[in-house]
Amino acid sequence: MLFMYALTGVGLFFIGLYTLIIHVNLLRKILALNIMGCGVFLVLISLAMRSGYSSPDPVPHAMVITGIVVTVSATALALVLMLKVLEMTGKAELYDEEEV
Amino acid sequence: MIVDKKKGIKRMTRLLLIVLLSLLAAALGYVILTLPKSAVNLQELVAHNVATSGVSNPVTAVLLNFRAYDTFLEMVVLLVAMLGVWSIKEVPIEPITDIRNPVLDTLSGLLVPFLILFSAYLLWVGAHAPGGAFQAGSVLGAALVLLLLSGRQPFLAFQGLYLHFTLVASTALFTSIALFTLLVTGELLKYPLAQADTIIFILESIATISIGLTLALLFFGIYAKQKEKQ
Repeated sequence: MLFMYALTGVGLFFIGLYTLIIHVNLLRKILALNIMGCGVFLVLISLAMRSGYSSPDPVPHAMVITGIVVTVSATALALVLMLKVLEMTGKAELYDEEEV
Repeated sequence: MIVDKKKGIKRMTRLLLIVLLSLLAAALGYVILTLPKSAVNLQELVAHNVATSGVSNPVTAVLLNFRAYDTFLEMVVLLVAMLGVWSIKEVPIEPITDIRNPVLDTLSGLLVPFLILFSAYLLWVGAHAPGGAFQAGSVLGAALVLLLLSGRQPFLAFQGLYLHFTLVASTALFTSIALFTLLVTGELLKYPLAQADTIIFILESIATISIGLTLALLFFGIYAKQKEKQ
């Protein structure tokens, strides 16, 4: 049962990765990265229970909360960069040079 | 015809990608299912040493004592992200919405004091139960965002030097405590046993305020309209 959560985390990671590759729009890419991060956090949190004690291992939990804060900061920075791209080009998308 | 061909190629690549990613997911799932019970027993290590950390919640003990440098660097990450946002986009200290809605006004007036109280509770409870500086900081940040969105201007009375000082406060405090412990105990962020709980409490309180403010300002930086260029 415990591994259901970890497997869900793996699923989320790959859904995010697929979206990240498929979509051109930067906002979708940022959201996809966030979903991938959530998947990783879910794996870490659920695997913290596998040592067989009644309470989970606190070290992965502490790492996840650190990770969440880092994700939020990175997302904020990415969004501001995206807005800058939008302002400069009129589109929240990145192209190869030859296409332009 | 060319468009059709392009579409076909696109569909083929997508299918290929789905197959590839599914294979990868299956491999990763298999790895997770066949993991050994426990490779390194960090949990026992934490459980044995939690009494010497100054707090009884093992997660807080890991965050602010055993692996305090994680939290220290995290503060730096928040600060760097903040600086990044500010260097790309000038943050105007202005209201970001013109909405003056009586329901919103009353509700935010009622909710914000409660949120501040709740944040203080989360900070306090973190010493012995789930909670702590990050949770408290996010609640505080949410309170500030609520104020911003309901047309109030929490940064009007509180800007310039004060704002900058509060933003760097927790990083500065962490740095000075790290240097202090390096001099006193000879190890980075290894607190003296008797003062551990006081140090953790001060660190968490300052960190809560810095985190809350940074999160709200990150949001503000993204949400605020760019100033009209003259």
